[in-house]
Amino acid sequence: MSKDWPLYEVFIRAKSGLSHRHAGSVHAPDDEMALNHARDVYTRRNEGVSIWVVRSSNIIASDPEETSAFFEPAKDKIYRHPTFYEIPEGVENI
Amino acid sequence: MTREEALLKYVLRLGDNALILAQRLVQLVAHGPELEEEMANANFALDYLGQARMFYSLAGELEGKGREEDDFAFQRDEREFCSFLLLEQPNGHFGDTIARSVLFEHFYIPQLEALANCSEPRLAAIAARAVKEIRYHQRHDSQWLTRLGDGTEESHRLIQESLDDLWRFTGEMFEGDEIDDIVRDEFGGPDLGQIRETWQHNIAALLNEATLRMPGEQWMDMGARSGRHTEHFGPLIAEMQYLQRSYPGLRW
Repeated sequence: MSKDWPLYEVFIRAKSGLSHRHAGSVHAPDDEMALNHARDVYTRRNEGVSIWVVRSSNIIASDPEETSAFFEPAKDKIYRHPTFYEIPEGVENI
Repeated sequence: MTREEALLKYVLRLGDNALILAQRLVQLVAHGPELEEEMANANFALDYLGQARMFYSLAGELEGKGREEDDFAFQRDEREFCSFLLLEQPNGHFGDTIARSVLFEHFYIPQLEALANCSEPRLAAIAARAVKEIRYHQRHDSQWLTRLGDGTEESHRLIQESLDDLWRFTGEMFEGDEIDDIVRDEFGGPDLGQIRETWQHNIAALLNEATLRMPGEQWMDMGARSGRHTEHFGPLIAEMQYLQRSYPGLRW
């Protein structure tokens, strides 16, 4: 049966204030059941307070073939990282 | 019957319902039609098993004779179990399992909601915790009922048959006896007449959504409150109790 069911990606918010993070995927016959399945499979051990599910086919993903064009130019631009500043003592969370 | 005796028996019945349904669902573990449904079923079985343990532990405290949860589960005979006939019915196909759960959960939730406000604080605490678990079961199982009813011609036919087959076991849930009366009057427990109305209303709405027909008035099978069971109960507890009967007191 599951080969006929579409795939959904599951995102879980671990606690209020954090963002949803990708947890994995489930098969399900429709959106509501996908939410149930995600709850049953990925939140058994108190992992979350909120779930998003989205049909995997609705995700627009970058093409691995284009990795060099997409991401490598940024590697040469170290000045985009704020690594040239001295951080004053006592400043946290940077 | 004193109010204490009635409360003890009532709590044991709650434990029996939870345990027998847990045992049925446990029998499905590793047989799920889908990985995701497998997980859901095992979660639900564990929820019911956990509830049975809490009810039996409380029964042990109320009785005060040193019996523990395992004694109630494994050392009692068929006629001492007062679980609903509905719950011991075989798992059958997926639709049978879903229909059985749906019919019971629509009763069990209002029962627990009432008990969460009863005057026995330990029972109220267990009920408040359990009802959260069952609300999710009900959501899951009701959604499946809708999809099977409103799915293909075959799924519609099969789930309608499941409902028709199980319907005769639904009547006894609302047929209270002295114990139900005492728990209602002395401890602020559930009013079965009210629960019946809620149940009929909610089941009618669900079946309507699922394009299913509500089975008509018919003869209802009874027995739970006096410990009478259908032919499926003996094999069920034989399997469940085998280890403790063969090796009494055995522990992990």
